[in-house]
Amino acid sequence: MEVNRRQFFKLSGAALAGSSMAALGFPATQAAAEVREFKLSRTTEVRNTCPYCAVACGVIMYSLGDRAKNNRASIVHIEGDPDHPVSRGSLCPKGAGLLDFVHSPSRVLYPEYRAPGESSFKRVSWDWALDRIAHLMKEDRDRNFVTKNEQGEEVNRWVTTGFLAASASTNEAGFLTFKTVRSLGILGFDNQARV
Amino acid sequence: MPLQSLDIAARSATTLPSPNIRRTEEVAKLIDISKCIGCKACQAACMEWNDLRDDVGFNFGSYQNPADLTPASWTLMRFYEVEPAGQLEWLIRKDGCMHCADPGCLEACPSPGAIVKYSNGIVDFVEENCIGCGYCVTGCPFNIPRISQKDNKAYKCTLCSDRVAVGLEPACIKACPTQALVFGTKRAMREHAAERVAELQERGFKNAGIYDPEGVNGTHVIYVLQHADQPELYELPNNPTVSPLVKLWKGIAKPLAMLALGASVLVGFLHYVDVGPNEVKGEKKTDDQKEKH
Amino acid sequence: MTNNWIDIKNANVVLVMGGNSAEAHPVGFKWVIEAKARNKAKLIVVDPRFNRTAAVADLYVPIRAGTDIAFLGGVINYLLTKDAVQHEYVRAFTNASFIVKDGYGFSEGLFTGYDSDKREYDRTTWDYELGPDGYVQVDETLQHPRCVFQLMKQHFSRYTPDVVANITGSPKDKFLEVCELIASTSARNRTMTSMYALGWTNHSVGTQNIRCMAVIQLLLGNIGMPGGGLNALRGHSNIQGLTDLGLLSNLMPGYLTLPAAGEKDLAAYLAKRTPKPLRPGQLNYWSNYPKFFVSLMKAMYGPAATKENDFGYGWLPKLDRVDHEYDMLRVQDLMAQGKMNGYICQGFNPLQASPNKAKTLAGLAKLKFLVSIDPLQTETSAFFENHGDYNPMDPSKVMTEVFRLPSICFAEDEGSLVNSSRWLQWHYRGQDPPGEARTDIDIMAGLFLRIRELYRKQGGAFPEPILNLHWPYLIPERPTPAEIARELNGYAITDVTDLKDPTKVLVKAGQQLATFAQLRDDGSTACGCWIYSGCWTEKGNMMARRDTHDPGDRGLAPGWAFSWPANRRILYNRASCDLNGKPWDPNRPLIHWDGTKWTGIDVPDFVPAAAPDKGMGPFIMHPEGVGRLFSRVYVKDGPFPEHYEPFETPLGTNPLHPKVVTNPVARLYKEDHSDLGNSSKFPYVGTTYRLTELFHYWSKHCLINAILQPQQFVEISEQLAREKGIANGSEVIVTSARGRITAVAVVTKRIKPLMVNGKTIEHVGIPIHWGFTGLTHKGFPANVLTPCVGDANTQTPETKAFLVNIEKA
Repeated sequence: MEVNRRQFFKLSGAALAGSSMAALGFPATQAAAEVREFKLSRTTEVRNTCPYCAVACGVIMYSLGDRAKNNRASIVHIEGDPDHPVSRGSLCPKGAGLLDFVHSPSRVLYPEYRAPGESSFKRVSWDWALDRIAHLMKEDRDRNFVTKNEQGEEVNRWVTTGFLAASASTNEAGFLTFKTVRSLGILGFDNQARV
Repeated sequence: MPLQSLDIAARSATTLPSPNIRRTEEVAKLIDISKCIGCKACQAACMEWNDLRDDVGFNFGSYQNPADLTPASWTLMRFYEVEPAGQLEWLIRKDGCMHCADPGCLEACPSPGAIVKYSNGIVDFVEENCIGCGYCVTGCPFNIPRISQKDNKAYKCTLCSDRVAVGLEPACIKACPTQALVFGTKRAMREHAAERVAELQERGFKNAGIYDPEGVNGTHVIYVLQHADQPELYELPNNPTVSPLVKLWKGIAKPLAMLALGASVLVGFLHYVDVGPNEVKGEKKTDDQKEKH
Repeated sequence: MTNNWIDIKNANVVLVMGGNSAEAHPVGFKWVIEAKARNKAKLIVVDPRFNRTAAVADLYVPIRAGTDIAFLGGVINYLLTKDAVQHEYVRAFTNASFIVKDGYGFSEGLFTGYDSDKREYDRTTWDYELGPDGYVQVDETLQHPRCVFQLMKQHFSRYTPDVVANITGSPKDKFLEVCELIASTSARNRTMTSMYALGWTNHSVGTQNIRCMAVIQLLLGNIGMPGGGLNALRGHSNIQGLTDLGLLSNLMPGYLTLPAAGEKDLAAYLAKRTPKPLRPGQLNYWSNYPKFFVSLMKAMYGPAATKENDFGYGWLPKLDRVDHEYDMLRVQDLMAQGKMNGYICQGFNPLQASPNKAKTLAGLAKLKFLVSIDPLQTETSAFFENHGDYNPMDPSKVMTEVFRLPSICFAEDEGSLVNSSRWLQWHYRGQDPPGEARTDIDIMAGLFLRIRELYRKQGGAFPEPILNLHWPYLIPERPTPAEIARELNGYAITDVTDLKDPTKVLVKAGQQLATFAQLRDDGSTACGCWIYSGCWTEKGNMMARRDTHDPGDRGLAPGWAFSWPANRRILYNRASCDLNGKPWDPNRPLIHWDGTKWTGIDVPDFVPAAAPDKGMGPFIMHPEGVGRLFSRVYVKDGPFPEHYEPFETPLGTNPLHPKVVTNPVARLYKEDHSDLGNSSKFPYVGTTYRLTELFHYWSKHCLINAILQPQQFVEISEQLAREKGIANGSEVIVTSARGRITAVAVVTKRIKPLMVNGKTIEHVGIPIHWGFTGLTHKGFPANVLTPCVGDANTQTPETKAFLVNIEKA
C-alpha cells in the first residue's frame, strides 16, 4: 500500500491510522529519512576579505561550477576562512549575510542617466555616460580653474567639482583615483574617515 | 569516533528497530551565554546556510528580530534585561531546538519517519513525511517547532545535519565571533562547560552552571548560564519533561488507535492535546524582575 | 591601531570607551573575550548606554555623551596624584622632563594666544624651550615648574573625582573603580588596551578625546607593549588604506601633506616638512621626507617629473593653508551656497553620511551634475526622488544631471585592503560582475583617458598635470591591480646604490624595491606610497601571503599578508624594552637588544644596530624621540586636552569655566550657527550609533540583514518613557533644530537618567541605518537631526552629542 504524503494528509484522522500501520509492521515508504545533500561538495572556492568593517575577516566564496570556459560562475555560499589569523572562520551577522549583498536586488546593473527635471533613470551605454561626464568635467574645470589665489600666489586648483572616494575599494583603485583626482587639481576630495 | 555517523536511532511512529551496530559519538552544541554579545551572526549564518529568508518584520520595541521563531527562522537571539542582584544584566539567549535525548516531538509525532533521531543525537524533521498535524509542537517542552502556513509542515533547527554529516560544525557555530557557541562531542562540551562554570564562579557568578535538563534525559544543545539557579531569567523551563499527554498518547491512545478508534474520538483527543493544560508553559514571568527586550 | 586585533588577547585590562566594539567589530572583539578567558582580563565599558559590549563587561559605567575628556582628565589626575605611573618609562620615553617656553599658560578655559575674531590660537608659546645648542632643555628630576610633568599635573589637578562626577554624571564610586583598574597597569607586567572608534572622534573635541588616552597610555608605559597601545577601530574595510593613500582633502600618500600657497617651490615645501632633531642622538625619521615625496612624484608623473621642474611640484594643487580647507563639511557648505557644480561619489552616500541631511539635499539640488559610482542604488544617487516625508523632493524642480555607474562589489574584485591592524591583505575575484558592472579601476581609467583625450585635442586650463600623468599600464583602459600594487611598493628607475658605498648596487634599474629604506630623493626611485614599500617586492606579492605561523603565540602572525610599515606588527615596540634593551615584562617579549642588534619576534621599530646606551628614543617619527604628553603646536585646541561642552550642551554652561563653554577653535559655519538648538526647546541629549546587524546605509540592501533589523527605532530610558507617556514599541517623533524623524520607541533599562551639575539628563539613542532605499522598511537617517559642527583638528562632525526633543506620535 503506497500512500503519498498529500493523499495521506487528505485522509482525515489518518495520522492515527498511518502510525498504527507502521506500528503493525508496514514499513514507512515515504521519503527516506536522510540528511540534506551537502551543497558545497563540487563548488569552486575563492578567498576574499569581508568588505564591511576593518577587522577584515577572511571569507571563502563558494561558486557554482568549476571555472570551465562555458560556465558562468555565480556565488552560492560564503562563509568564514578558518585560516585567517584574526577571524578564524567567524563572521558577524553582516559577514554571514554577504551572499545577499552579492545578489542584492538593489544592485545597479547598467549605467543609468537621469536628465534634468526627470523623475527616473534611463539605461545608457558606458561610452555615452563616460563621454558625457568627461565633457561636463572638462567644461567646469576650464571655466573655474584657479591659477592664482587672492594674494597672487600660484595655487593651480579646481574647487567647483568635488570627489568622495570609496572606503571599501582596493588600494589599487584608491591610488589610481588619487592620481586622477589630484592631476585634475581637485581639492574637495575626501573619504569616509571623517564620518 | 566519527561524529557524522547518521544511523537512525529513533524514528517517529515506527516500531521497526533501528540499526544499532555502528558506534557513534554523541555531539553537542554548547551555548555559553556569558560570552554572547547578541550579534545574531548565528541567525544570519543559519538563514544563509539553510536557504531560509523570513519576512521582513517590524520592530516591536526590542533588539529581538524576528519577533519569534518561525518556520523560516530556526534560531533566534532573545534579549532579557534583568537585575537579579540589583545590578543590570543584559542576558542574551540563542533559542532554538535543544535536540533532546528523549525528544518529545518525536514521541508525539504520528507520521512515520517525519521525525528522526540520529545516533549522534541530532533530532531532524523530514518535511517530506510531515503531515502538519502539530503534535510535535505540543510534544516539545521548549516550544520550538513551527508549522508553516505555506506548506503545512513543521520546521526547526536541524543542527545542520548536512554539515555534521560531512564532518563540519553547524553554520551558527562556525560564525559565532566570541566562541559563545562551541561544537564537539557531548563529552567534550560537558568538560568545556565545566571549565566555563568554574571561571564564572571565580568572577563572582556563584550560581553559574550548566543547563542540560534531566527531564528529557539531557539535550544535545546545552547552555552555560550565569544564573543556573534561575533559568526563568532566560525564559528556560525549570525542569522540562515530555508532556504527560504525549506519554498518554504513546501509552494508551496509540494502542487504542490500533484498534481503529472512530474519528470523532480522535478529533476530541486532538483538541485536548492542542488546548489542554500544558505544564511546560507554566513558567511564570515576574515583571519587576524581567522584561523582554 | 598601534597594535593589532589578535594582540588584544595579551591585555590585562581592556577599556572600551568611545566605541562599542562588540557591536561594531564583533569578530575583532573575539580577542577581548579571549583576553578574559585566557588572561583573566577585566573588561571596562564606559558609555551612555549599557550596550552589547557592556553585556559581557566586568564593569560598566554610564557617562553623559560628550564628556569623555572630563572623565579621562580625572583618570590622569588620579594616576598623577596616586603616583600610579611607570616612572622609568615616563622619564626616558616621554617629554615629561622637557621644559616648555615661558609664556605658555592656561586660564579660564583658554590657552595662551587666543584670537577670538579668528577663532584660532597663536600657538607659538606651546612649544619647548630650546638651549643654545638647538636642543630642548630638560630637567630629569621633573621638578622644574615649566617642565611638562609639572604643567600637566597642574592642568589636570582640577579634574577631581567630584568634578568628574558632576560633569559626566558617572557615579563617583564607579569612576574610582575604573581608575583603580587602569592604574593597576602601570606595573611593568600589566597592560591595558584602549579600543575606540567614532564615539571619540565624532565630537567637536574628537582629537583631544584621543589625546587624553595617549597621555594615559604613556604614563602607564603601555605604548609599544603587547596587550597595550591605542587602538582606533576603523569602520570600513579600506578606510585605513584610503587614508594611508592620502585620499583626504589635505593629504597625499604616506601621510605626506599637500602644499600650501606660498610654498613656491620644492625647496620651500620640503624645508617646512623636514624636521631637525630636537634632542641629541635622535633618529628623526621624517628627515627622510624628501625621499618619500620625490619618489611619489616620480610615480605620479614618471619621466615628466625631473629635477629641473622640481619633479612636477608645480602641478600639484595648493591649499591656502595647510588645513582641512576642502574637507567634506566644507564642500557640503559650498554646495549649499551654490558654489559647486559637480560632485562624484565613488562608493559613498553623503546624503546619509553628512550631518544635517536637509543641507545636503539642498546642496545636491544646486549641482549641475552628480555621479554615483556604486554597486548599490544609494539614496544620494536617488536624491531627486520624492519619498514623502522620507525625502521631500520634487523631481521636476531638480535640474541636476545624475549618472549612476555600476561598480563591482568585493566578490568580483581583486586587490588589497588594509585592516585596522595595518595589514594589507590581497583578495581574489569569485564571480563575473553582474550586468555591465565594472571595477572602480576601469571606471576611473575610462573617465581619465577621455578627459586626457579632450585636453590633448582641445587644450584647456592647465593641461600639463593631466597630459603628463604617468600611465604605464599595459592596457591603458584596464590597468591591473598587480600593476598598480607594484607602483605602490616602488621600483628603481635607475640603479640604486648604497649611500655609504656608491659602488654597491642595492637594486637594479627596473626592479622592485625591498623596503622604503631604498628610496632616494634624486629621482632614481618611484614609489606610490612609501609606508607600503615592501608589499610587492622582487619576491612577489607579500600581501597574498597565508602563513599562519605565530612565533611566541603573541598573535603577530608575521607571515600572514603584509603589515605596514616594514611588516611590523606592533608600533613603537622599542618601548616594550627598558633602558638596557630588556623587555619590561620578561613573560611577554617582543624584541630585545642581544648585545649587537635588536632582534625578536616582531620587526624592531628602531635602528637595528642602535645600542640602548646611545640614548635614541623609541618614538623615532618624532624629532624629540619621545612620546608627547604635551602635544606642542600640533593640536589646534591646546597642548593638553580640556573639557568643553558639546556645541549643543544640555547644561548651557561649562562647570569648569562658564565663560568658555564650548571648544573655542572648533569649526562652525555662520549658516550652521543658526541651526543650533538649546536645551529649553530640546532638553535631551541625542547620540547616534551603529547596530551590529546593519552596516551603515549599505546592508539594508541585503535581505538577511533587513530581516535582522527591519525597522528604525530609537532608545530611551524607562523614566523618560513614563514622563512622556511613551509605551515600548509605540511610535515617537524626535526633533532637533535641524529636522524631525519618526521611529519606534525601544524603552530600556539600559539607558538611565544621569545627574549632572544638579540637573537630570536623559539620552535619546538614535541608530543611523535607515533610509528610503533598500529592503528594510523606509526610515529616516539619523543625520536628519545631527549638526554641522567640526572638530578643531579633523573636522569630524559632532554627531555623538547634540540636543533633541521626543514626543509620542
